[in-house]
Amino acid sequence: MFSQERSLPAVEIRAVQKSYGALQALRGVDLTIEQGEFFALLGPNGAGKTTLISILAGLARADAGTLKVMGHEVVQDYRAARRALGVVPQELVFDPFFSVRETLRIQSGYFGLRHNDDWIDEILENLHLTDKAEVNMRTLSGGMKRRVLIGQALVHRPPVIVLDEPTAGVDVELRQTLWKFIRQLNGAGHTILLTTHYLEEAEALCQRVAVLHKGQLVACERISELLLGRQAATLEEAFMGLIRDVET
Amino acid sequence: MGVGFTTLFGKEVLRFWKVSFQTLLAPLISTLLYLVVFSQVLGQRVSVYPGVSYAAFLVPGLVMMAMLQNAFANSSSSLVQSKVSGSLVFVLLAPLSVIEFFSAYVLAAMLRGLLVGFVVLVTAGFFFPPQIHSLLWILVFCFLATGLSGALGVLAGVWAEKFDQMAAWQNFLILPLTFLSGAFYSLHSLPPLWHFISRFNPFFYAIDGFRYGFIGASDVSPWESLLIVGSTCLALSWATLALLRSGWRVRP
Ligand SMILES: Nc1ncnc2c1ncn2[C@@H]1O[C@H](COP(=O)(O)OP(=O)(O)OP(=O)(O)O)[C@@H](O)[C@H]1O
Ligand SMILES: [Mg+2]
Repeated sequence: MFSQERSLPAVEIRAVQKSYGALQALRGVDLTIEQGEFFALLGPNGAGKTTLISILAGLARADAGTLKVMGHEVVQDYRAARRALGVVPQELVFDPFFSVRETLRIQSGYFGLRHNDDWIDEILENLHLTDKAEVNMRTLSGGMKRRVLIGQALVHRPPVIVLDEPTAGVDVELRQTLWKFIRQLNGAGHTILLTTHYLEEAEALCQRVAVLHKGQLVACERISELLLGRQAATLEEAFMGLIRDVET
Repeated sequence: MGVGFTTLFGKEVLRFWKVSFQTLLAPLISTLLYLVVFSQVLGQRVSVYPGVSYAAFLVPGLVMMAMLQNAFANSSSSLVQSKVSGSLVFVLLAPLSVIEFFSAYVLAAMLRGLLVGFVVLVTAGFFFPPQIHSLLWILVFCFLATGLSGALGVLAGVWAEKFDQMAAWQNFLILPLTFLSGAFYSLHSLPPLWHFISRFNPFFYAIDGFRYGFIGASDVSPWESLLIVGSTCLALSWATLALLRSGWRVRP
């Protein structure tokens, strides 16, 4: 899958800056993620992870810098860039007017796909939502709404999938099935960019991590190298040490 | 304009259709109440144009008023609701152009306005059978006026970030503009100052031109109304598209 463009990075972020008033949310971030990677973007609350993802997805505009998804610049070439990207937002948002299936059909339609029911059924099955397909979004539990959000990000089979804290508020069983599904997609060639505060999850799933701290990247390397370099036994230990070092 | 655009348009139509009790039936009832009250109270005393009954004058005005208010309500409330709930991201993540986004919201708003207008006109027709002077003028003003109001709703929806900000648009702009638009009276019966002020209200021209299509009489020439409603609609659309392109308040 996607092998013809193998040389192209999946995500390319160059010198991105973003301020909200006096607050500098991103202070010149550079980041490249290769195709097929399972990549974790870590950082304490307010580090700028969601801001960076929003700019990548075109939900917000950078003050400076360029961002590309599969080689497509996110502002000039927004159509191709957005087609290449599937985003699971951090906030639990939903449209209360529609059922689960309607929600996924509408999302497919936004991406130009009219007859997508086979794939929608497969998504529903993998996210254990088949028996909730005709249920109104309003009546779903929080964890189920989160699963629909994940489904919505996948309707157009994007080569790059961004998950902003997908397991917040999700029970253990679903976490397992979710990661199985995402691993399967990664195995099929999809690039995965993940943010999470569960560091053992990131350690088990990802090859490389980047750590954001107050809008700046303070680490970006293979997990094994990070552990070795910091002489840490776990990613959590390495992360804590790193944050302590940059704050002093 | 592709599948993405038709999906967004269809979603917007489905949205008001699923709550048609509020979006179609409620405006029908409130408009009929105006009709009953005003035609009863003023019907015997007021004659606006020679040979035209007050009801024949009033019905087109009320129909246009309902169309203007409902077209505005549709695009503005849909945008604000989805902004407040956060579900606008699903549209913003999609590869839709600014023109597709804008047209889908405006066309759904027009459809709601036209449906309300049609239902009001048919229902009122049982009591006061309308005369039709020129169907063409009626249709021209139907489409232009709902387009204008739908576009204004998009502008308000882009601007507003909370429900109370939207309520301010409704109460301080849309309501005065629709009420001071000559729906209930002829401009010539107003004191000079109000007459002068009404001349700057595009909704006045929408109602005057629309009514001309029914009774063949108007305060200003329907061509003048066409020019003013049409150019306001274009200017407003152009301004809203420019704002959307800049990402202002939508892609901050
Ligand atoms: N729309 C906004 N207006 C003003 N400030 C904002 C806005 N969005 C984010 N910020 C600020 O930018 C900084 C980065 O926020 P961001 O949401 O990107 O953090 P995060 O790394 O995703 O944190 P978390 O782990 O809590 O999700 C924070 O200080 C936040 O308060
Ligand atoms: Mg976040």
